[in-house]
Amino acid sequence: MLLIPCPWCGPRDETEFKYGGQAHLPYPDDPAALSDEAWADFLFMRDNPRGPWSERWMHAAGCRRWCNVVRDTATNRIFGSYRIGEPPPEVPR
Amino acid sequence: MASRRLDQGGHGIVRSVPVEVTFEGRPLGAFVGDTLASALLANGVDVVCPSPILGRPRGVFSAGVEEPCAFVEVTAPSFEPIMPAPMVKVVDHLHAVGRPGVGVLADGGDGIATADHRHVHVDTLVVGGGAAGLREALAAVRRGDRTMLVDERHWLGGTASSDDTIDGIPALAWIDDVAGELRTSPDTTVLTEATALGVYDDGYVVVFERSAPVTTLWHVRAGRVVLATGAHERPIAFADCDRPGVMLTSAAVTYADRFGVAAGKRAVVFTTNHAGHGAAAVLAAAGVEIAAVIDVGEGGPASDASRALGVDVRNGWAVTGTEGDPRVSAVHVAGPGGAAETIEADLLLISGGWNPVTQLWRGIGGGLRFDEGRACFIPDGAGPPWLSILGAAAGEVPTSVPFWFTPSQDLSRHYVDLQRDSTVADVLEAVGHDLHSTEHVKRATYIGTAIDQGRTSGVLTAAIVNQAWGDGPGAQGPTNARPPYTPVPYAVLAGRDRGPVLLDPIRTTPIHDWHVEHGAAFENVGQWKRPWYFPVGDESMDEAVARESLAVRNAVGVLDASTLGKIEVVGPDAATFLDRMYTNRMSTQAVGSIRYGLMLGLDGMVFDDGVVMRLAEDRFFVTTTTGGAANVLDRFEEWLQTEWPDLRVYCTSVTEQWATVAVNGPRARDLMGALETDVPLDAETFPFMTVHDGTVAGMSARIARVSFTGELAYEINVEGWLGRPMWEAVMAAGEPFSVTPYGTEAMHLLRAEKGFVIVGQDTDGTVTPGDLGMSWIVRKDDSDFVGRRSLTRPDTVRPDRKQLVGLLPVDPEAWLPEGAQMVAPTSVGMAPPVPMLGHVTSSYRSPTLGRTFALAMVAGGRERIGTTLVAPLQGGDIEAEVTAPVFYDERNERRDGGGA
Repeated sequence: MLLIPCPWCGPRDETEFKYGGQAHLPYPDDPAALSDEAWADFLFMRDNPRGPWSERWMHAAGCRRWCNVVRDTATNRIFGSYRIGEPPPEVPR
Repeated sequence: MASRRLDQGGHGIVRSVPVEVTFEGRPLGAFVGDTLASALLANGVDVVCPSPILGRPRGVFSAGVEEPCAFVEVTAPSFEPIMPAPMVKVVDHLHAVGRPGVGVLADGGDGIATADHRHVHVDTLVVGGGAAGLREALAAVRRGDRTMLVDERHWLGGTASSDDTIDGIPALAWIDDVAGELRTSPDTTVLTEATALGVYDDGYVVVFERSAPVTTLWHVRAGRVVLATGAHERPIAFADCDRPGVMLTSAAVTYADRFGVAAGKRAVVFTTNHAGHGAAAVLAAAGVEIAAVIDVGEGGPASDASRALGVDVRNGWAVTGTEGDPRVSAVHVAGPGGAAETIEADLLLISGGWNPVTQLWRGIGGGLRFDEGRACFIPDGAGPPWLSILGAAAGEVPTSVPFWFTPSQDLSRHYVDLQRDSTVADVLEAVGHDLHSTEHVKRATYIGTAIDQGRTSGVLTAAIVNQAWGDGPGAQGPTNARPPYTPVPYAVLAGRDRGPVLLDPIRTTPIHDWHVEHGAAFENVGQWKRPWYFPVGDESMDEAVARESLAVRNAVGVLDASTLGKIEVVGPDAATFLDRMYTNRMSTQAVGSIRYGLMLGLDGMVFDDGVVMRLAEDRFFVTTTTGGAANVLDRFEEWLQTEWPDLRVYCTSVTEQWATVAVNGPRARDLMGALETDVPLDAETFPFMTVHDGTVAGMSARIARVSFTGELAYEINVEGWLGRPMWEAVMAAGEPFSVTPYGTEAMHLLRAEKGFVIVGQDTDGTVTPGDLGMSWIVRKDDSDFVGRRSLTRPDTVRPDRKQLVGLLPVDPEAWLPEGAQMVAPTSVGMAPPVPMLGHVTSSYRSPTLGRTFALAMVAGGRERIGTTLVAPLQGGDIEAEVTAPVFYDERNERRDGGGA
């Protein structure tokens, strides 16, 4: 079970959180202006990297705030979390 | 039978404290400190149980969790369906019987001891209490760590024997010293009979402690996890290697040294490594005659040492088979140049090398590599930064000749997995069918699928497969053994989270007790208990629902609607926010008015529905479906936090703060009038889809003119604790009008007659507003709302999408089961695949319509109105006419009471 560092509450068990998938997929400014392909890309297509990526978690059984977490998908190692609007932490090479 | 208990030795038992133990009704002499296996051996019980598949007699084979043969059911003092005998600690009044293969649950009651769950945080968790683990735990304690040490055995020290030394002092004294210091140190927990079932991310370890009378499942979050899990000795396959009297060499040493039990009188040792020679010396000192040491290696210091003790050492020889009935009485051996011999012995000890115990290491992603010198798989690379593995588990095991089975023409009695009765011949047959991967061989032979997870058979199987394919040694490793490391009862995993209360919360409304007192039948809706129907006398459900629904249509009924989700959305930007969440505009609503709204997912599919009441310019009261309340609140918060943090909006769940009494029916206004209220009841001053605050029966209330039945309706919302008084006031005031409480089933029927959908029943996450015929609720201006862009995707504008329609069975008595598939009449009787046109989502018998009817999602359904479809069912086909999905009061003439 992951130990997720909530930026508001500190490290907490994964079972307190709800998963939100890939981070940094902002809602388009004008969805109506997007082609069907561009909208489908926003709606359905997600990265699936092996290694560190940013993903969203919500501390559902705690502060109920969303945050972003950088996690290595191969090792589950977490490199840190950050509040919405903040830049991601450095990932050591 | 003669006792095999030695006069000397047995440092792990207390000879002054005998324990009453019976096995299959027979009393066993046993002492405190014994395991059931040591007691069985001490009392000369050669056969513990038959093998599960072939029924071959089997005895104690090991002294630990790797046991593949001796399985028992513990019937007293607390029931365990199946346990390896070496892992059963004897206690007074222990009773056990042999139990091969599959455990059987106890008759009557659950017979399972209560289990507690404990959650702890430690700096260092050490798994394994052998010398390596003790040393590590001591170092952790001394540097001030909060430390936990767990071991699956009922003692600390692992397999250390009284001949061993640690740090220059006798091992047993060293163990006692260290254990003593650990047990008296602050912030230190030492658990025995405690198995680490699995190691998970970020130092999370689940530990099963078989403590009495309350078993404990520990959830440990450790800053650092140290695996000191040791190594298991490995057998060698040869003919009849499963006979009672065949045992792992290390097990015989443990039984002699720790328990003072000689596993036999005259032993042959068959070994690939120096441990076999060491064991021979220990056993000889304990009084066991060593007939010979058969060493497949070419000799070395260990062989020389054995010879110096006068032991007959055969280098380059191998055991080819055994004789006996059932216990071993003779051992067949063969040597270089065709030499063969039979040696009389009642004990055959095997050491085929050592397998580091790496299951927990592998489970969290640790790698393995084959070590040629030791002929085994050892940890490779670094695991996660918080995890380390050391000692024998890390590969500190004796070097070994890579010898896996004794060659023979007939390999059909060379047992590899003793618990699955699988042989070398079975493995080779699987390979002969072109199976290459050990994972495939496992599934063809069942090797490694038993309780022991292939602890003694996995590496052996991989070696046989590699050899058969001509691949290098270690080309493939053993199959992956997943958690739990040893079996754990479901009752332990459940802990106290059992039964109707603790398994899952039950939510009841403030009016619940009234429903119970009046004989309601209840329906589960999520965690809620809702009255399903209120039977009178010996009414059936159908009869009750018919009576309740007619009461609503013809007089007045009352429903407890308190479970509907309720959210207050407040703030200067609340109207802007709701406009983005709903398909219709909420910002243009006047204060005091109500709008029905649909919410969509980004994919354009209906997500939830409800009404939005504007209480003030900046305050809205939103209702959701009963099951969708939490999801809607989650969604509101997600958009506000992640996309529109600039919007000044707060959302608060107020579901529990309000109780809702819904008064429905043509006489609803009469009932409300009888309640004494300052709220105007006429349709002009209090029109449909508006909300009024006022006093009802002396209680502060918020009354909403919303209707889920199509009838004149007033929903009275009061603070939760006024729910029952308000309900009772309504029942009393309604008496002259024959007010009838109705449940969810009548509610469903009534709304379906009106064609009102239930999100989650008539929709399934693939349904757009257009599919429901509800395009009228999607605004036409060019402002955005969640899901809007998806409504013009090519897939969502297909004309052949499933659309909501009504179905009227041609036979008005025929009832279509919900979920029934609908096909074209021309499809009836055709060979599959039959084109499925749609399915029934809601289906009822309507006393108002005097017939059955249904709602359905049908491909291109609106184009099919007027045609006939067929539901092919086992009891006979049902034909139904496709209709519009509204069956009653199409012109909405009843909602103001006008139709009464």
